[in-house]
Amino acid sequence: MARRPPRWLRLAGWLCLPLMATGGMPVALAADARYAALPGGEFASVLPADGKAAPAQVAPFHLRTTPVTNAEFLAFVTAHPQWQRGRVAGVLADAGYLSHWVGPTALGAAALPQQPVTRVSWFAAQAYCETEGARLPTWYEWEYAAAADATRSDARADPAWRERVLRWYGRPSNTALPAVGGEANVYGVRDLNGLVWEWVDDFNALLVGVDSRDQDGADKLRFCGAGAISMQEKENYATLMRVAMLSALKAANTTNNLGFRCAKPL
Amino acid sequence: MKKLLLAGAALLLLVMAGVSARPALPGDSVYQLPVELSNQDGQVQSMAARRGRPQLVTMFYTSCTMVCPMIVETVEKTRRTLDAPAQQRFDILAVSFDPQRDDTAALRKYAATRKLDLQRWTLAHTTPTATRQLAALLGIQYRQLPDGEFNHSSELILLDADGRIVARTDVIGRLDPAFVAALHRQVAAEPPPGKP
Repeated sequence: MARRPPRWLRLAGWLCLPLMATGGMPVALAADARYAALPGGEFASVLPADGKAAPAQVAPFHLRTTPVTNAEFLAFVTAHPQWQRGRVAGVLADAGYLSHWVGPTALGAAALPQQPVTRVSWFAAQAYCETEGARLPTWYEWEYAAAADATRSDARADPAWRERVLRWYGRPSNTALPAVGGEANVYGVRDLNGLVWEWVDDFNALLVGVDSRDQDGADKLRFCGAGAISMQEKENYATLMRVAMLSALKAANTTNNLGFRCAKPL
Repeated sequence: MKKLLLAGAALLLLVMAGVSARPALPGDSVYQLPVELSNQDGQVQSMAARRGRPQLVTMFYTSCTMVCPMIVETVEKTRRTLDAPAQQRFDILAVSFDPQRDDTAALRKYAATRKLDLQRWTLAHTTPTATRQLAALLGIQYRQLPDGEFNHSSELILLDADGRIVARTDVIGRLDPAFVAALHRQVAAEPPPGKP
């Protein structure tokens, strides 16, 4: 077990996070080039807002145009040593955390600077977003943004859109990840489908039962197959698979194809 | 001046020695997450200040009329399986899913209505972000519905004196024998109150 700094120091580090946003650089209040503005509105999510059929209401927000890269995450852990591999508490990030990096503050050949960072826990992703004056997107924000393609704000009914998403799911997970910066969608956001899976803020809210008194119902919802029962747009299993994957995660988990991007209110 | 600096350095060393006298917090302790809890009396305290005694932790919200009363009842049932002295050896913490509505007054009213023994119980709320973090850490799921109600999983979680999760149950409305046994073991491992 690597030696960790005393608790008071780690606590102090947490408290400093908001002050040290973007590594000491002032956060641009007007426009942050890393983010695109999305109008939001009523959105037919695969997860009905009321557990039955109500559409989601998405408030206008800013979304990072690309997932956070290895280079960006390296700058973060360098400025915030409590998030370095070997220092972070096991309850906040599991043993696989940044394990593909050659060292705690070095990327190496298996983690190129412009590749999306992966093997990061939800807690680490959240802490990173705080340094950009941001947070993780909610599931509804993410799903809404990812429904768009290059010309349409909602391309989900197009079989070609679904085919593309599913084809990506089929890519072997041991192939090297491309760099960020794929084709922009209608909002100017890139890589939502086709690069990495992404954390959302409310990953632990997606499959919860409509009424947890109904213990049988709640149990049913814990299993992926039966989970689809209460979801809408059952034919949209490209999106449902993502919900099932996120629901299966614990906040300290890391995987080799799970990254993140950040969001802010408009 | 030099002497003063030396004295200062010595004092600093002493203070640091005092801090490190307590064994380091285990990496799998929930107290690794800094969470400020505000209780039914408006007192704000770090959750990590609860270190030192076993804790029975759950999440709820006061306007919940369905499953939450059953959670409280199940905690009370579980507590009453212990004899009176043993009941003094652990604390109960219930954190709200609903920080917007569950302010100090709402928590206090709930404690009074449910006749909760505030020697044992702490009802608390924290920031929306910390609420989501705490639930994630404890493995509890919740989502707010358009009408302001919450969907949530119902769980009782047992922490040892260092904040490690040692048992959990989603059995609500009756006793879970395995969870009760785990609580009895934790409490037996505790020295009686008042003795070091």
